[in-house]
Amino acid sequence: MIIAFWIILTGALVAVTCGMLGCFLILRKMSMVGDAISHAVLPGIVIAFLLSGSRDTLPMLLGAGATGLIATFLIEYFHRRANLQTDASIGVTFTFLFAVGIILISGFAGEIDLDLDCVLYGEIAYVPIDLWVTADGTVMGPRPVYILSAVLLIVALFIKLGYKELQLTSFDPAFASALGISTALWHYLLMAAVSLTTVSSFESVGAILVIAFLIGPPATAYLMTHDLKQMLAITAVLGIFIAFTGYWLAYWLNASIAGCMAAVTGLCFTAAFLSLRRIPKPSPTASEEPIG
Amino acid sequence: MIIHTKEPVLEVHDLTVSYSRKPVLWGIDFTLPAGCVAGIMGPNGAGKSTLLKSIMGLIPPSSGYVKLFNRPLEDVRHRVSYVPQRESVDWDFPVSVLDVVLMGRYGKVGLLRSTGRRDREIALECLEKVGMQAYTKRQISQLSGGQQQRVFLARALAQEADFYFMDEPFAGVDAATEQTIVGLLRDMAAAGKTVVVVHHDLQSAREYFDWIILLNMHLVAAGPVTEAFTDEKIQRAYGGKLSLLSQVGHVMEKRAFPSREN
Repeated sequence: MIIAFWIILTGALVAVTCGMLGCFLILRKMSMVGDAISHAVLPGIVIAFLLSGSRDTLPMLLGAGATGLIATFLIEYFHRRANLQTDASIGVTFTFLFAVGIILISGFAGEIDLDLDCVLYGEIAYVPIDLWVTADGTVMGPRPVYILSAVLLIVALFIKLGYKELQLTSFDPAFASALGISTALWHYLLMAAVSLTTVSSFESVGAILVIAFLIGPPATAYLMTHDLKQMLAITAVLGIFIAFTGYWLAYWLNASIAGCMAAVTGLCFTAAFLSLRRIPKPSPTASEEPIG
Repeated sequence: MIIHTKEPVLEVHDLTVSYSRKPVLWGIDFTLPAGCVAGIMGPNGAGKSTLLKSIMGLIPPSSGYVKLFNRPLEDVRHRVSYVPQRESVDWDFPVSVLDVVLMGRYGKVGLLRSTGRRDREIALECLEKVGMQAYTKRQISQLSGGQQQRVFLARALAQEADFYFMDEPFAGVDAATEQTIVGLLRDMAAAGKTVVVVHHDLQSAREYFDWIILLNMHLVAAGPVTEAFTDEKIQRAYGGKLSLLSQVGHVMEKRAFPSREN
């Protein structure tokens, strides 16, 4: 039972963190940036491994974080300088970086003990045995839970303190600049937050589930509400629900946990889409009475 | 022809702006007095919006400078308001009418703080001024074009600025909204505020503005309407554009045979 608790908690932490950032990504029409970053971190991990010779969390996080940021810079650079559409520059950048990672892994295959499947799909089932044991031998519980809790705290604080700026730079960048709010600064802060989240999450849940959590819950919430704060709240609740349901679905089917969580994310979106299509959102003609 | 004013609130000096090394504005030079409603006029592609964006620091100039209240923009940002083109934003964004108007307060509130009760009161007052108080909680995707423009205007009013730059506030709005907006611009000018508007319609220009900046990549004329907005200047700005020449002809015809109200 305690195993189920740790796995669901890990899934929920990732889902809530990714979802809240994803809300701003989809509103900025940059959904695929998460996809890009989660793939682009591969060469960073390999290089960090080659340099440090270990699979400790810190060098991995640094390497992955660095290539994640390089990817965002490249995407922005191609978009601004070459006038390339954002989606095209995302496509070019992440496939290239991911390919570099694959070449590095295959080229040094004998020396590297890295599992490509693990990068893509992660292994959330191993979270409960990845324990944090202190110097005097006390078992503090799974290590990823601590890391992910810290990341959730950082991201929540970032969104709470920067809510105004994130909202305005997403909605009307020209007006934000006219007020003296730097759109570039907030763009890179958001991208740094996405990099940090992706990199710290994918070790336990894998790149695919990170992408599912980045886009699925916010897209579902977007269908359900017309209010940004509500959208963030619905996303968070949905994330916890998905982690819980996904785990028990996997338990029942004896299937991949990450796969089931991603599938439940898709099912939630479909359910929201179908139910809201039958009950349309209030249209201007339907509610002409004065409000407020 | 440039008529300068003695105590300018806006001074644009020898401004040249380029997009990827291709100049779109050449040596623009003019001044504006306080308390006027000025129109930036010119054919499509004349660089009207570019001029506005460049004054607001959104597009860096290749040469020249802009001074507002005799200071660089950075020093007086809180006194300057900018209304972008309505089409420049995503109207499906999940915010309400009140949320958008509150954005006008963000510059005053400052970093890491959120808007308070006072900001809310000001936002509601501004919505009332544009006649949108009944739509406070309405999601912005459920507004008509004219209502969207009113919301943008309310947001600008909430900034409580002294200088307003508006990019085509009359584009795609109905006659009633156009009259509301013109009335507001007049009130603002009467209160000593300066308003600069990018405008398309030659016929209403004479009635709406007291200062005109006539543009076609170069500055054709800048000064009080009576002196800068003459048939000869209009023709020079629009010259060679056949579809527009007919419009110009219409204006001249109207002047030759004034309607009975005038």
